[in-house]
Amino acid sequence: MSANSAFIIHHSAFAVEFTLNGSPISVEIDATDRLLDTLRYRLGLTGTKEGCGEGECGACTVYLDGLPVNACLVPTYQVRGRRVETVESLAPARLDPLLTHGATQCGACTPGVAMTSCWIIDHPDLLATHSVRELLAGNLCRCTGYDGILDGITAAMQGRP
Amino acid sequence: MPSRGTDASTSVAGIFATVHRLEGLAKLTGRERYVDDLPLEGFLWGATVRSPAPRGRITAIRFDPAIDWSQFTIVDSRDVPGPNIIALIESDQPVLASGYVRHVHEAVVLLAHPDRAALRRAAAAVQIDVAPEPAVFDFRVAPRPDQIQYGADNVLKHLHISKGDVERALAGSPIVVAGVYETGAQEHVYLEPQGMIAAPEGDVLTVRGSMQCPYYILKALRHALGRDEARLRVIQTPTGGGFGGKEEYPSTIALHAALLALKSGKPVKIVYDRGEDMAATTKRHPALVRHRTGVTPDGRLLAQDIEVVMDGGAYVTLSPVVLSRGIIHAAGPYACDHVRIAGRAMFTNAVPFGAFRGFGAPQTHFANERHMDRIAARLGLDPAELRRRNLLRDAESTATGQVIRDGTDRRAVLEHALTLADYDNKRAAHVRHNVSSTATRRGIGVATFHHGAGFTGSGEVMLASRLDVAGLADGSIEIRSANIEMGQGTLTVFTALAAQRLGLDPVHIRIAEADTARVPNSGPTVASRTAMVVGRLVERACDDLRHRLDVAEATGNALRRALRGWHEQHPGAELVGQAQYEPPPGVVWDDVHYHGDAYGTFGWGAYVAEVEVDLRTYETRVIDFVAVQDVGQVLHDVLARGQVQGGVAQAIGWALLEDCRWKDGAMVNAQLTNYLIPTSDDLPRIRVAFLETPYAYGAQGAKGLGELPMDGPAPAIVNAVAAATGADPCVIPLTPERLMQMIEWRMQNAELKAQD
Amino acid sequence: MKLFQPATLPEALDILAGQRAVVPMAGATDLLVHWPTRPAEHDKPYLDLSALAELRGVRWTDRELQLGALATYWDVIADQQAVRELPLLVQAARLVGALQIQARGTWAGNIVNASPAADGVPVLMAYDASVVLQSVRGREEVPLAEFYRGYKQLRRTDDQLVVAIRVPRRSYTVQQFHKVGSRRAQAIAKVGLALTRSTEGWRVVAASMAPTIRRCPALERLLETGADLREPEALLAAIASDTSPIDDIRSSAEYRRHVMARVLFSAVRA
Repeated sequence: MSANSAFIIHHSAFAVEFTLNGSPISVEIDATDRLLDTLRYRLGLTGTKEGCGEGECGACTVYLDGLPVNACLVPTYQVRGRRVETVESLAPARLDPLLTHGATQCGACTPGVAMTSCWIIDHPDLLATHSVRELLAGNLCRCTGYDGILDGITAAMQGRP
Repeated sequence: MPSRGTDASTSVAGIFATVHRLEGLAKLTGRERYVDDLPLEGFLWGATVRSPAPRGRITAIRFDPAIDWSQFTIVDSRDVPGPNIIALIESDQPVLASGYVRHVHEAVVLLAHPDRAALRRAAAAVQIDVAPEPAVFDFRVAPRPDQIQYGADNVLKHLHISKGDVERALAGSPIVVAGVYETGAQEHVYLEPQGMIAAPEGDVLTVRGSMQCPYYILKALRHALGRDEARLRVIQTPTGGGFGGKEEYPSTIALHAALLALKSGKPVKIVYDRGEDMAATTKRHPALVRHRTGVTPDGRLLAQDIEVVMDGGAYVTLSPVVLSRGIIHAAGPYACDHVRIAGRAMFTNAVPFGAFRGFGAPQTHFANERHMDRIAARLGLDPAELRRRNLLRDAESTATGQVIRDGTDRRAVLEHALTLADYDNKRAAHVRHNVSSTATRRGIGVATFHHGAGFTGSGEVMLASRLDVAGLADGSIEIRSANIEMGQGTLTVFTALAAQRLGLDPVHIRIAEADTARVPNSGPTVASRTAMVVGRLVERACDDLRHRLDVAEATGNALRRALRGWHEQHPGAELVGQAQYEPPPGVVWDDVHYHGDAYGTFGWGAYVAEVEVDLRTYETRVIDFVAVQDVGQVLHDVLARGQVQGGVAQAIGWALLEDCRWKDGAMVNAQLTNYLIPTSDDLPRIRVAFLETPYAYGAQGAKGLGELPMDGPAPAIVNAVAAATGADPCVIPLTPERLMQMIEWRMQNAELKAQD
Repeated sequence: MKLFQPATLPEALDILAGQRAVVPMAGATDLLVHWPTRPAEHDKPYLDLSALAELRGVRWTDRELQLGALATYWDVIADQQAVRELPLLVQAARLVGALQIQARGTWAGNIVNASPAADGVPVLMAYDASVVLQSVRGREEVPLAEFYRGYKQLRRTDDQLVVAIRVPRRSYTVQQFHKVGSRRAQAIAKVGLALTRSTEGWRVVAASMAPTIRRCPALERLLETGADLREPEALLAAIASDTSPIDDIRSSAEYRRHVMARVLFSAVRA
């Protein structure tokens, strides 16, 4: 090991610096924290939900460096120096089409759905190769049957309310 | 009254047409706070230690000495102040097992600690030793003597329906068709797991959490904690899905949190992990249904002899009521003069089964609708035609002798569904496709069905639901009801009903938290009753408020001025409009003989499913789905359509994907990786249409809607698979493995026959 | 938990050489499943690879595609060259979980997790991929088809790290991937089949049919002989020789056998 080695051994609490919803932040975490735990319990950002803890339901969807990921499967220590965005960063006005078309019922899956939906809307080129249904398949909803969500996404992409 | 058929509903005009889901934006932005989102100071996490065995005496509870147990709050059955019973229908289920267990995952010990990680390690360090006794798991066969654990025969409940003389009618039938059908359990998978917070707040123990029925929990707390209601308070927090899974189960978790809170003196929060939730809480009752049906050669039903058996699991919970609804619907929406339905719910050592959307009717409708197609095949009739010939007409009566007079044209519901689904053309196209394709087979299937809205028989009368609408000093009103929002639209519908009634802008209407300290008992949020029954109470309480204000016709701003004026005249006083449930006239139900008017009204449905079966993998894809129903006046188009689509999706999962795998009566695939609900990529667009025949006694003419959509999809899909493949599936979930066995067996038999 | 966060690959290799049983962590999509309910896992030492720039990315040379150990499924889905030239990689990647998993899961992680039902491994194997391992002792390359000795037993010593996967560029006359799951997305394979044919011959790779993902020599020989296959059942004997499917929580051995026969039959006739 060289004298300039930057590797670190963590045994318990240490600080992680990253960009959260556009602003730099430093949070004291435990090495065992999942990003989901850090967001919800250390930072009080409870918009991101825990539905399964196994990366199946997508209720914990956040953006990591601009890509949707399951926060329940991200060790917080891995986000240092990176960009994290949560549902709290979505501009409410852009969610109107989802509201109008019945994209939400009980709301438990909704923040994750909103994140993935906005990401799809922001990446229209993907529709050349992917269907919206395929891109949404990582967000489980038990209430809507998905049509309300798809209608909302379509309306948003067409600039309709 | 004539039905109007439309592809979109002609929902109630005015406010209903313009108001969006009121709490929708809060949900979309993540601002809506569920129980695990609430800020909480100085609390303990709670965890449950559960039985590893399905039956036996607890011989020891061992605490690993490596852990410093003095840091933990520990609760067992001895800490229950009152009777160790979760009050429900019968007093058989303990809050915590006391010396004896009856199912795997039965709660034995509770722990609390401020650090959740330490708590998890500790929970894993408590061993429950059980001396095993013979357990029973198969509800379909008679139990051995050493497996009897309830009554003389493990029958939790017997119920019978009898109309006419079924034995004679069968004996005289030219053709008799028999069948046996089975449906599997189903896990709710509400996306928000179960959770409760119990906190001593001065002299009052307050419980907050995810629930459908605050007053059920209040009753259970009162009973087991030996406290009167003045020292108890139950508050529903925004609930992330229920589907019946949060009807009765929350009383258990509320009691657990309460016991830990009382012992520790601190707030205690219990939130189940998904795996624990799936494995340890209630599921839909598995069922086996036998049919013997006498028919004429031209397809008229002469006699229906039906046997319904359900698995209730290790405690009674709501099995008698699930069985009740199951048998009442078991003969379908058809006219038949001779009907016998014998039902029983069985004790087994499985984790107890409980309420789930549809509540027994999806099980029996699956059997009956699958059986109708078997009859059609036997007679060489188009399955749609068989239904046409038998659907109830007004003035005809159901299996319980209820004369239907609601004006719904049930044939029109069916015809509309067939038209939207392009049924005749698709059937012809499938014949051509199935001859030429080597890769896939296609088929189309129908189901017609009904669902009684509200509580059975005199249930609504016994509930005696009450609701208040208070007029506040600032000129706004507050609706006070125990009925909750779990996604089905309660908040929006109640607000819109009141807005319409009083000419108010929704911004001047509040809905109080469902807090037992502040709202009267308007009944549970179950049985598709909230809009229809309780919505009507909202309207009548609004009328009463106006009456008390002595401003009989005032609406809008005039009403608001009158309210402000009243409060100026009566400072510090409350002005509350009230309403109490009144049954519709002429509904007569005999609970002893199970005869008469089972429900005030029924919703009616006709669903059509088109499927494609992959011959290589035996996977079934639903490629088109049409759902047509008459549920009275549709109040809100988007909300109503969403309920239908969600129910259809949930039922598609039940029919094809959701397979509970059991070991010792407990679910072993208790992970979302292994218990599969439909993703967006597994479903077609679900096309919805409503016919509307207003119901005079429901709010604005509405009937119950939430559960009907659960009854039709499974049989429609399996009928379609039968049409596609020539197989005769009678069991759901119809997994690819099951379908393969069925088709392979058929092919082998065909080959053997060909060889003869 | 002991957590190592090296800034360079040499540092990471030093740690692997010096620490017993340290667990390398890449995308975490397997290792973090149900994390809070598995406290025993929290006591292990972990090696965070995520900052190692040397391990990132997707690189094309004249001869091959190189996937760094941190290359994700999404990196390949978004790569137009991969879509054109090695389409099975893209197809398999799109069938892994769903978008959120594809954005984090790595091909290397899929290989070392060694699930018998893995999605990335069969197509890599059918493309004759090789695994590049590095340690303080130097570099080693192992064909993926030889990387699994048994259930979760890898041809890897504790001090070795998978740093890259090399996929030769080749022209194929047959390329097919079939994943039979219980639903369209977010499904674990009940039967996986990757099939390629080039001047190097047939490659038939099965998943969920044995304790490891493996090539199927009897089936490959059968296809090489160009035998005229009349019906799926003609493949059953070779399938029995090459695979050993079991009944498990997801499916049955019988289903797996029959479905593999049918899927392979229809694939070779396509």
